[in-house]
Amino acid sequence: MTGGPPPAGVTGGPPPIGDFSAAPPRGEIEVLRAGALTTVQDQGRVGWAHLGVPRSGALDPAALRLANRLVGNPESAAGLEITLTGCDLRVNRATTVAVVGAEADVWIGPRPGDTGRPLAVPGGTVLRIGPARRGLRCWLAVAGGIAVDPVLGSRSTDTLAGLGPAPLRDGDLLPLGVAPGPPAPVDLTVPPSFPAELRLTVRLGPRQDWFTSAALDRLLGTAYQVSPLSNRVGARLAGAPLPRAAAGELPSEGIVLGAVQVPADGQPLVFLADHPTTGGYPVIAVVDDVTLLAQARPGTTVRFYGPER
Amino acid sequence: MRIRPVGAHALLLDLTPPPTPSPGDATAPGGNADGGTVAGLVEAWRAELWRRRAQGDLVATEIVPAATTVLLDGVPDPGSTATRIARWTPTLRPEPTPGAAYPTPPRRSWSCGCDKESHNKTKSRPQLHDRRRESAADLAVELAEDLAAARSSAGGGAGDGDAVGASSGGGGLVEVPVSFDGEDLPRVAELWRVDVPAVVHQLRETEFRVAFCGFAPGFGYLTGLPAELAVPRLATPRPRVPAGAVGLAGPYAGIYPSASPGGWLLVGRTGLTLFDVTADPPALLTPGTRVRLVPA
Repeated sequence: MTGGPPPAGVTGGPPPIGDFSAAPPRGEIEVLRAGALTTVQDQGRVGWAHLGVPRSGALDPAALRLANRLVGNPESAAGLEITLTGCDLRVNRATTVAVVGAEADVWIGPRPGDTGRPLAVPGGTVLRIGPARRGLRCWLAVAGGIAVDPVLGSRSTDTLAGLGPAPLRDGDLLPLGVAPGPPAPVDLTVPPSFPAELRLTVRLGPRQDWFTSAALDRLLGTAYQVSPLSNRVGARLAGAPLPRAAAGELPSEGIVLGAVQVPADGQPLVFLADHPTTGGYPVIAVVDDVTLLAQARPGTTVRFYGPER
Repeated sequence: MRIRPVGAHALLLDLTPPPTPSPGDATAPGGNADGGTVAGLVEAWRAELWRRRAQGDLVATEIVPAATTVLLDGVPDPGSTATRIARWTPTLRPEPTPGAAYPTPPRRSWSCGCDKESHNKTKSRPQLHDRRRESAADLAVELAEDLAAARSSAGGGAGDGDAVGASSGGGGLVEVPVSFDGEDLPRVAELWRVDVPAVVHQLRETEFRVAFCGFAPGFGYLTGLPAELAVPRLATPRPRVPAGAVGLAGPYAGIYPSASPGGWLLVGRTGLTLFDVTADPPALLTPGTRVRLVPA
């Protein structure tokens, strides 16, 4: 876990004793198969919204924090957010990894591994994360963290603003940081649940008065389905349209994570990590906890519950 | 002003002017007629909240000014925070009234480094309590009269706002060299019922102010044009507007920091870098900054 890996192509032989001063070498993870969408994520780029910079960060920040703890990283370390189809990586330095989130097969070379626990990976091994069987996304933490250069204090890929590293492509090389400590002595973590129907608690407002009372009844009384058009910016929902009471345009205003924005077609959209910092469509309600939506595959049923009703 | 809770740990200061019941008057379609005043209120509150946060009176991860609102996000206790904010009065800087004959600004150009206020990066992570905070929902505070009084006593917009601007962040002047050759200039001229040189003259003579940023990192919404010169967006947005394009939409002017789709009417372009992640601050046009479009 300490020192650098042997130079590429050289097997065996420990690094020279006392050679701890060299900068971490680049390219310790080689992307063999990037999958549908794999991005570098950390806890996000907060503090810049007044300049139009979105928050970004892992769609389920707690899952990435857990993965980091499992490998001995600080919770703020960057990992990979892997969407639906999995990915294959060659890990060129002996290290520890952990995969948290969707239910998927994990292979370390020829050996099967488990999600939700630290896994030792010998240098030069191919780490394979299979397609999600249940859920949609998983987070991979590697001891030392993905050490791409931070942008405005975060290593997150922002798919809307185009900040941070681009989504991974086959052949990319990723640097790793120095592993800060031993992995957590963990055998088992509580697996996530993947309910067939998501219950999302909302608080109404700030613009519920732009909607008819029928719209509020529909929002809190009917089921919506997650649309395939959903992405890291927002979970688009399909269902009973939410008619407006007020015509006209809402001047742009600030948008928070979890805002349920209703564009002209009346179909609600729940803003996720890459949401813009301002928006011009009225927000009928705000979801308390959007992390459930990180695992919501298209077609998943969503019901809103509000304390006001 | 109304303070609305937005989710579990955010507040929205709504500075939309209250509807004035005026029988027989069915105007005010977009609420832009009073846009200049609201923009001034938004900027004053943004600066006040920023100052309060720097002093330690306010805990908020994000303070986001917008057209008629200021959003506070990452507020650990929205209920009590709303109560405290309701007692605050922003210090107003004199602001020229858009469309009026504005005072001659000092011919002094500040670099983008003028906005050196603390970004207060010591964040306290919001605690997501489940306790209900609906009490804040009913919190509607009428500060408009106080603000109007404060504004009128602040100098009536006749003076030089630099001293105030320097202390509250923003307020510096950025001159943006622009080539006025946008392909929508004839359309704007038609909408304004003038010729193209008159459009260019108006744009060059207007002192803009960054009301807020949004849409993309570093995209500033520039106020200052008279409300009657508001223009519609393109019915079909262009798939790609190049970086540096200067456009108009609604009551605002704006400059695209990077290439993107966009529906604003294009009047010119600049070679200036508007957003640079290695700069501090990364955006050239921060909220409150005064902007002049000068010939390239």
